[in-house]
Amino acid sequence: MGDASKSVAGSAAGTLTGAVSAHLVEDLSSDAALRAFLGGLPGVDEVGAAGRAAQLATRSIKRESKLWALDAAIRMTDLTSLEGADTPGRIRQLAAKAVRPDPSDADVPSDAEVCVYPDMLPHAAPVVAGSSVALASVATAFPSGRASLEVKLADVRDAISAGADEVDMVIDRGAFLSGRYAQVAEEIAAVKKATGSAHLKVILETGELQTLDNVRRASWLAIASGADVIKTSTGKVSPAATPSTVLVMLQAVRDVARATGKVVGVKAAGGIRTAKDAVRYLVLVHEVAGVEWLTPERFRFGASTLLNDLLMQRTKQLTGRYHGRDYVTLD
Amino acid sequence: MTELDHPAEWTYAPAPESRDIARLRSSYGLFIGGEFVDAADGATMKTINPATEEVLAEVAVAGAADVDAAVAAARKAAGGPWRSMSGAQRAKYLFRVARVLAERSRELSVLETLDNGKPIRESRDSDIPAVVAWFFHYAGWADKLEYAGYGPSPQPVGVAGQVIPWNFPLLMAAWKLAPALATGNTVVLKPAETTPLTAMVLAEIFAEADLPPGVVNIVTGAGETGRHLVAHPGVDKVAFTGSTEVGKEIQRRVAGTGKRVTLELGGKAANVVFEDAAIDQAVEGIVNGIFFNQGHVCCAGSRLLVQESVADAVLDRLKERLATLRLGDPLDKNTDIGAINSAEQLQRIRELSDVGDAEGAERWQVDCDLPTQGYWFPPTLFTGVSQSHRIAREEIFGPVLSVLTFRTPNEAVEKANNSPYGLSAGVWTEKGSRILWMAEQLRAGVVWANTFNRFDPSSPFGGYKESGFGREGGRHGLEPYLEVDDG
Repeated sequence: MGDASKSVAGSAAGTLTGAVSAHLVEDLSSDAALRAFLGGLPGVDEVGAAGRAAQLATRSIKRESKLWALDAAIRMTDLTSLEGADTPGRIRQLAAKAVRPDPSDADVPSDAEVCVYPDMLPHAAPVVAGSSVALASVATAFPSGRASLEVKLADVRDAISAGADEVDMVIDRGAFLSGRYAQVAEEIAAVKKATGSAHLKVILETGELQTLDNVRRASWLAIASGADVIKTSTGKVSPAATPSTVLVMLQAVRDVARATGKVVGVKAAGGIRTAKDAVRYLVLVHEVAGVEWLTPERFRFGASTLLNDLLMQRTKQLTGRYHGRDYVTLD
Repeated sequence: MTELDHPAEWTYAPAPESRDIARLRSSYGLFIGGEFVDAADGATMKTINPATEEVLAEVAVAGAADVDAAVAAARKAAGGPWRSMSGAQRAKYLFRVARVLAERSRELSVLETLDNGKPIRESRDSDIPAVVAWFFHYAGWADKLEYAGYGPSPQPVGVAGQVIPWNFPLLMAAWKLAPALATGNTVVLKPAETTPLTAMVLAEIFAEADLPPGVVNIVTGAGETGRHLVAHPGVDKVAFTGSTEVGKEIQRRVAGTGKRVTLELGGKAANVVFEDAAIDQAVEGIVNGIFFNQGHVCCAGSRLLVQESVADAVLDRLKERLATLRLGDPLDKNTDIGAINSAEQLQRIRELSDVGDAEGAERWQVDCDLPTQGYWFPPTLFTGVSQSHRIAREEIFGPVLSVLTFRTPNEAVEKANNSPYGLSAGVWTEKGSRILWMAEQLRAGVVWANTFNRFDPSSPFGGYKESGFGREGGRHGLEPYLEVDDG
């Protein structure tokens, strides 16, 4: 991963500034080098970014294109429960719903994964076994990330040994905001190593990074350090995913792919509750990153209540009628 | 992870706005003295939908006698209650008109799109909301004129003859009418030949609002009607938005008559992108600058001046972005690029683009299917353009961007100002001091920083040099319609 990271950082800067310089970041362990690299990325104009996202939100998605989007959103959903009150029973129900979201219609696809705390993985595992639904766990002292690297890595190993296919880590926002980029990079790289073949999603917690310049820099830093997916939020901080944040993250993965060929996914998590919002995010994905990102391999929703609205809208789209909340399962 | 083969293309199903909402009628008369009447000689013209070439309606063509009647009605009303009533009273009428415009915005958006060819997204989200905002803004001025800085008791000029273009038909009517009415003037308005319909609905709204007869008169027709209006001795003030060529003709006609004139004419705006710009948003701004409204915008950012160090990066992104623009049925809510307004305009765009080829610039066009009916031109870039090329100097008034490069800020200023026009300019940089310095250096009426084609009723708009004179919008927009006390 080390070599790949260097090439990501180096050639990306070349593309973005128009100047071709191969080794801008010699090494991910130097704050100064990382600051020079991240500071060299073009700025983000907040008003312009919000304006573009708002414009794309006016797209009118109807009929078969909407039906396709609803199914795609179901497939892209990481059905999530990250509560202190989670119990084995609740997690089993959640997992069952991810496998078969609508008991009355076998055509409804499964969700992408269930996302739970590490100690809940053993309760979800038997339910999803044999299905296409992956098991994901948050780790690294989620959601604050305020623990030593050692503790974070132990958390990750715990998740992996409990069978996690995907691990959602948080970055150290304190380190990022105080300019200790190398520490952020080092932690991501260490977690990446600890996850082995499991997929690594890196949560930027954009609600704490606050500016879109920071979102862009954190996206590049996470990607250069080994993220397979960059994820907006823990869901514990408001605002969580917003259209302009996701826009900037999509631009980052698009630019990385263009510069290096490396493909990274994006996960919009937190605050997405309606099918209408989900479809708007898919439009953003489609028109910013491109149609290649319209797959669960490359784009995910982290959500708990979104799924039921997707199901209700799907039925409406197919039958022309709404049925109420009593016809979708509440878990 | 689950496999889902991504579609080769996620096609958006057609999402057309219903054309029935436009309540299109088969014929439209003139609006004179509060009545809808036919032309005295019965002359009519047809207005068509430029996206399909289908005839939408027959519209009266006002001749000299009709213009005469309209000016007489306006003259009579200028001496009547409109002038003597309090500003607060006039404001009530204008607020009422603004509210009805807002209520009928969907109808007006669809009608505007049918008649003009612009995408419904723009008429719905940009044109009509701005129309409403203009009436609300100037309604608010009507009872505050003595505080506007034009003396203790500024008086109306009298009868205004206003001639407007086809690119923003109803919005230009609002720009002209709202300040004229707020200041107590009466008006004869001539909409453009190819886009008369929304102005006639506006006439209906004035009638429904019980505006005193003759305060607003609307005469449709072509250039000849405009000439009668501008030359009419009963007109005290001429306001025109349109081409520099016609603007010059108007100025010659009114010279020595004592009529007051404001002209808002052509442009060839420089959109200047520095290397430290927020590149993604600059690309959006370039797109919005030249492809908004098919480039039929007098202040369009038709010359991209991009710093050489980022030129390739910007152009790559720009081309990629242009490929995502959706061209087609203007009534479809997902359409970004609509139809060219007329066969004549399409011809001009084609001619100047061919000149670009002949002069050695390199043409790049989006590869998209154009509808077989109607007037269409794909979004187009010319690279390798020099200052001496005609496509760098002449207004094309279409979706054609000329790309030039510069090395230093001074060179950017020199090239940006090297034009007979001076209506607008754009500056893209994350450096605040450079924005201020550029705004000082650029000889253009409007300088946008990190945005483009943004309009607000409170912000004055108008040109330098051959882009015209006079300001529209805000407090400044009152002045052309007031006898200003110089003492």
